[in-house]
Amino acid sequence: MSNIIETDLHAYADGQLDDARRLQVEAHLAHDPAAAESVHVWREQNEALRALYNPVLNEPVPQRLLALRASRRRWPSYALAAGAMGLSFALGWMAQSYRTDPIVEAAALPRRAAVAYAVYAPEVRHPVEVGADQQEHLVKWLSKRLGSELKAPVLTQQGFDLVGGRLLPGGKGPVAQFMYQDARGQRITLYVSLRDAEPRDTAFRFSQEEKVSVFYWIDGKLGYALSGEMDRASLLAVATVVYRQINP
Amino acid sequence: MDSAAIAEHIPRLRRYARALAGDSHRADDLVQDTLERALAKFHLWRHGSDLRAWMFSIMHNVFINQLKARREFALDEASEASLEAPPQSDPLQLRDLDAALRCLPAEQREVLLLVGLEQLSYAEASQALDVPIGTVMSRLSRGRERLRVLMSGTGLAEANSATNLKVVK
Repeated sequence: MSNIIETDLHAYADGQLDDARRLQVEAHLAHDPAAAESVHVWREQNEALRALYNPVLNEPVPQRLLALRASRRRWPSYALAAGAMGLSFALGWMAQSYRTDPIVEAAALPRRAAVAYAVYAPEVRHPVEVGADQQEHLVKWLSKRLGSELKAPVLTQQGFDLVGGRLLPGGKGPVAQFMYQDARGQRITLYVSLRDAEPRDTAFRFSQEEKVSVFYWIDGKLGYALSGEMDRASLLAVATVVYRQINP
Repeated sequence: MDSAAIAEHIPRLRRYARALAGDSHRADDLVQDTLERALAKFHLWRHGSDLRAWMFSIMHNVFINQLKARREFALDEASEASLEAPPQSDPLQLRDLDAALRCLPAEQREVLLLVGLEQLSYAEASQALDVPIGTVMSRLSRGRERLRVLMSGTGLAEANSATNLKVVK
């Protein structure tokens, strides 16, 4: 047996070994259940830490961090000016880019929602599994499958009628999609997915996924995304109503 | 692009700071001080070296200074025994993970978070904390064992009996 020390087990759990050593550790773990259990626990710790703190990545950056103030007199003023300009430029750019970071769990939400929108919104014959004529059944069914009390917002004042809904596969289990349509046949969808991270609320976020605009937010253990092929302002008006109805 | 490069790291710095400091206001203070120092000292950063590890090393220094200022940094191993486990409830709840982290000595918490949350390599963590890699490993080992015990609610006696790095076989 190659001499595996605890450091190797940590490095194995953290994915920091090269292939050769990794195989040796794996061979060792097969015969050492206590070590295997430790590795398992450490990996769970890593995952739990990420589940708990990853949502911070998606929070809006507080203003005070965006504008490191010129009132701090420690720096020469030219450096300050250059720094502040560069920083505000950078932050504007960053605000666009960091949300699409693949490691950010919540950032996947608008993308998945936009894809689901793009697949089902153009569907003529079967846009939904259960139609609005069975609304009560629809909501009960989707609530049951997600294990959480869902609501289908009423958007008639905004010109949108409920078409129905469907159940979709998601990364963390089933996802509910409600579809609405206005008099011109324009459709929007509300995508509701379960999150397995610590319940935590976020403000509205906007994401442009090619042609599809998405407003999304997290409310406790549910992530919501409202998608439509419309401009940001029009969609925001509807998203605001949806948000208020879900959080009266 | 200097400050742009720094700004790109803000979300990750905030994540790490939140886990390190717990409370979000204190965490953002930590980030703010770190950013100010990083901008002021940017000329000291060696181009081509890992900017993220450099930012974490600045945050580490700021953090340690803040702890010292609050006189919370009497955190050698001898003081560990006096720490108490948080009230025991559903042991595997994530909110307890945050509480359990508060019960770790700061130096173990730092390593655990840099490696487990921020996924730095051991070499990067060693660089960020300015300690030898062996120290990183022993803190990681003790931190993980302690966290395991805290999260399983079996109390600290077991944690304190845990030995340091040893040959498994």
